[in-house]
Amino acid sequence: MSITRRAFIKNGVTAFTVGVTAPAFLSDLARSQAASSSRNLVVLDLSGGNDGLSLLVPYTDAFYYSRRPTLAIPAGLVLQVGTDVSGKALGLHPRLTGLRDIFNQGRLALIQRVGYENSSRSHFSGTDIWEAANPSNPQGSGWVGRYLATLPAPLDPLIAWNTTGETPLAFQASSVPVASIPSLSSYAFSSPNSGAEAARERAAAASIASHVPIDRPQVAFVGTTVQGALATLDRVASVATYKPSLAYPNNGFGQALQAVAGALAQGVGTKVFWVQTGGFDTHASQDTTGDNGAYVRLMATLNDGLTAFYNDLRNLGLLNDTLLLSFSEFGRRINENGSRGTDHGAASVMIAMGGAVRGGLYGTAPSLAPDPQNPTLENSGNDVHYETDFRTVYARVIDNWLGGDSVAVLGGNFRKSGIEFV
Amino acid sequence: MANGDALIQHLLRRAGFGASPDELAAYSTLSYQDAVDRLLDYTAIIDTVDSKIGQPGYIGTTSRGAFSPNTVIDDARQRWLFRMIHSERPLQEKMTLFWHNYFATGYSKIAGKVTAPHATRLMAAKPSEDPAGQRGQIEMFRDMALGSLRDLLLAVAQDPAMLIWLDGDTNTKAKPQENFGRELMELFSRGVGYYTESDVYAAARVFTGWNLKIDGSLSSASPTFSFVYNANQHETSAKTFSFPIYPDGSTTIPARAASAGMQDGLDLITALASHPETARRVATKLYGYFVSETIPPDPAFINQLASIYLQNGTAIKPVVQAIFLSPQFQDPAVSYTRYSWPVEFVVRAIKETGWQGFTTGAVLGPLVTMGQHLYDPPDVAGWDLGRAWFSSGSMLARMNFAAVLASNQKFNLARAATVARSTPRDVLEFLLSRLSVDVGPAVYSDLLGYAAAGLTWTGSDAQLQIKAPGLAHLIVGSADYQVI
Repeated sequence: MSITRRAFIKNGVTAFTVGVTAPAFLSDLARSQAASSSRNLVVLDLSGGNDGLSLLVPYTDAFYYSRRPTLAIPAGLVLQVGTDVSGKALGLHPRLTGLRDIFNQGRLALIQRVGYENSSRSHFSGTDIWEAANPSNPQGSGWVGRYLATLPAPLDPLIAWNTTGETPLAFQASSVPVASIPSLSSYAFSSPNSGAEAARERAAAASIASHVPIDRPQVAFVGTTVQGALATLDRVASVATYKPSLAYPNNGFGQALQAVAGALAQGVGTKVFWVQTGGFDTHASQDTTGDNGAYVRLMATLNDGLTAFYNDLRNLGLLNDTLLLSFSEFGRRINENGSRGTDHGAASVMIAMGGAVRGGLYGTAPSLAPDPQNPTLENSGNDVHYETDFRTVYARVIDNWLGGDSVAVLGGNFRKSGIEFV
Repeated sequence: MANGDALIQHLLRRAGFGASPDELAAYSTLSYQDAVDRLLDYTAIIDTVDSKIGQPGYIGTTSRGAFSPNTVIDDARQRWLFRMIHSERPLQEKMTLFWHNYFATGYSKIAGKVTAPHATRLMAAKPSEDPAGQRGQIEMFRDMALGSLRDLLLAVAQDPAMLIWLDGDTNTKAKPQENFGRELMELFSRGVGYYTESDVYAAARVFTGWNLKIDGSLSSASPTFSFVYNANQHETSAKTFSFPIYPDGSTTIPARAASAGMQDGLDLITALASHPETARRVATKLYGYFVSETIPPDPAFINQLASIYLQNGTAIKPVVQAIFLSPQFQDPAVSYTRYSWPVEFVVRAIKETGWQGFTTGAVLGPLVTMGQHLYDPPDVAGWDLGRAWFSSGSMLARMNFAAVLASNQKFNLARAATVARSTPRDVLEFLLSRLSVDVGPAVYSDLLGYAAAGLTWTGSDAQLQIKAPGLAHLIVGSADYQVI
C-alpha cells in the first residue's frame, strides 16, 4: 500500500494528504506516540454547575443544616470518608456507594474548594474559563489541547477522543486533531451504492478531502475534519466490537465510558478522552435524598458509570494507566432558594480516580458560618471561596501524570504543594 | 452563471434555506431589490404551507398514528422542517430559527414538568388548532419574527415555556429566582461584561411574582398555561442597577405598591431593549447570521445597524433589510463562507436534490447526530455556531445523510439526468447546476474521475442510477457544500 504523507499547517489547520486506507501508517504513528507513555487521561465535565456541598457533605457543620432546610442531607445518611487536614468530618452523598468503595481502596481523591478569583457565575464563561484554563481570556485553545500540541507532530488523528458531538474547547489547539465520536455505530461511511462502487465513492471522498484550499479557510477546516473522520473510521470500528467485562449503565454517560474502555482495551493509541454528563444546573427541586430526587439521579448516573468503568479497567489490567479527572463550571450557592434548589455559586469539589491516584481528601472544607468576614466564603458569605486554583490541579496532572511542562501549557507556574493526588 | 443569479442564490441561501429548481427560476426573474422586498414583506404572501402537509408533490412526514404536531414533539419537528423546505416565506422560518437559538428553550425540561404532550403544546402548538388556543413559543417567534425586540423580550418574559425553562414560575418575594434575570441580561440583551452580579440580584427581584398559572389538570387534554402577575409574591422595594433604567439616566426602579409592581419588569425590559449595548449585540448577532461569522464586522457597520435598530423602536425588520442591501452582504467574497447549521444543510440538500418519496421523519435522527436537535438546544445560550458544528462525528453524520438522501432519490436523479446522459462530464455539470456549491478545479477533477470510473460509458439508465446518486452523495457530503 502506498501512502503519501505531506503534513503542513496553514491558517491553524493541519492537513494531511493520505491514501484511502491510511490505518497502517496511522497505527504506526499511534504506536510510536503511545510508546512514549501508555498513560491516558479522561476528563469528565459535570455540566451545569455541580453542587459540591451535596456531593461531599460537611455533615458536622450546623450552618449546612440551617442554611439548607430542605436540601441538607441528614448526617446519618452520608457515607463517611473521615476528616480533612483541618479536622472537619466529611461524607459522600449516600448514592455514591461505589465511589466510596474506590475511596476506601485509596484510588479516589476529592479535592475541595477548587476555583479561581472572581469566579464567573455564567455557565458559558465559567465553562470556557475551566476549559481554556485562562480566567482573563478564555478562548482560542484549551489546556489539554495545548499539552497535546507539545507532542511530536504530526499527531495521530485519534490522539484525542471526544465522546460528545461538539469538540470541547479544552481539547482545541492549533494543529491538534480531535475525533468526536458521540456514537460508535454511526461512525461509519455509508453510500448509495454497494460493493466496488461504494469503495470508489470512499476513495473519491478521501481524495476530495485531501485538497485543502488555502484561500478558503472554512472549506479547508471542514475538509480537514473529513480527513480526520476517514482516517479514524477503521480503528473506531474495532472499538465497537469491544465486549466489556461487566455491564455498563444503559445511559449516555455509561455508554461513553464503555467506548473509552473499549478504546483502551483495543489499544487504538488515544491519549486523552472527553466525557460529559449534564443536568447539574439544579435551580429548582434539587431533592438530594428522595428515591427519585433530581440530585439523587445525578449521583446515580455518576456513581454507576464511574464504578463500572473502574471495575472494567481493573479487570483489563489498565487501571494504572488511566487517570480520570472531573470538573464543573462552578459550585452552587450555600443557601437554598425558594424553589428548593440552589443558584450559581463559586468554588466546588473535583474528583480524581485511577490506579495511580493517591486517594483521600485534599484541601479543607469551608466553614459555612454566614459571616461576610468568613475567609472560606465570598460574596457576603453566600458562596464558597476557592482555596486551590484549578490550574494547580491541572499543573499536577500535566507535570506528574502526562509528563508535560505545566508552566508552558498553562502560561505560568501554578505548582503548589498540598495536592499531590497523583 | 450570470452574476445576478449568483447574488440571488446567495440571498436565498442566507435569507432562506436555498432554493429548489422551481423557486430559483421564479426568483431569477426578479431584480435583487425586488427579491429582497419579496423576502422581507412576506406577510403579503398568504401562509398556506401547513395545508400542504400530506399533499402529493411535497415531502412526506412519518409519525406513529395521526400526525400531531401540536402534541407530539417529533411531529412538531417535522412540521417545522416541512415549512423550511416548502414555505413561500423562507425569511420568516429563517428568523424563527434565529430566535429559537437566541432565546434557546429546551423542550425536555418542560416535558419533565408538565408532560410531553403539554410541553409540545407550549413549544409548538398553533393556537387555531389547540383546544385551549394555546400558542407555542415557536409559533410566537413566527408571529413576531421581524417585530421589535422590546415586544419579543416582553412576550418571552411572559411565555409559559420560558417561565418553566428559566424557573420564573417559582420566583417569589421570599426567595427571588435569579435564572431568568441573569439570562435576560447576559444572553437576551446587554451581554457578558455589561452587567454585574448585583444587577442579577436586582433583576431577580424585579420579576418576583411573574409566575405561571395552570387552569385545569395536567392529566386532562387541554389545561391552559398562562402568565400571571402574583402581586402578593412581588418584592416591592426599590431596585438599583449599574446602568440607566429611565431616560433621565436614573438607575433605580422605585419602590411601588405590590398592586403596581408589574411595572418594574416592564420598565426593566423597555430599558434593556433600548440600550446601545443591546443594539450592538443584536446587530452583531444578525451580522453573524446573515453576513459572516469569520470576518469581524466593521464597527462602523455595526454602529449603523444599531442606530437603525434604535431609531425604529428596536424593530428588527429595518435592520435585516439594511443588511441585505449592504455592500458587506453583497460582497462576492462572503459567498460560501458561512458554516451551515445542520438544519440549513439538510433543508438545502433536500430542496436541491429532491424530495419526492422522501420524508422529514428520515431527517430527525441524522440531525441529532449532526448536533442540532430542534426544540432542544443544549442550553439557554443556544448552539455553538461556526466551526463548532464540525467534528469528525458530526461531519460523518452529514456525509451519511447525503448518502441516505441520494440513495432515496436515486431514480428521480437518474431520470432528471437523462438530459445530460451523453458523457460523465455532462452528468457532473448537470448536478453542479442543481446543487449550489463552488468547487475548485481539483475537486472537480476528482468528481469527474469518479463519474467515469469503473465503467465504459454508455449513458444507460442503469449507469445514471449509479453515478447520479453517487455524485450527489459526494457533492452534498463534500467540505465545499457545508458552507453557504
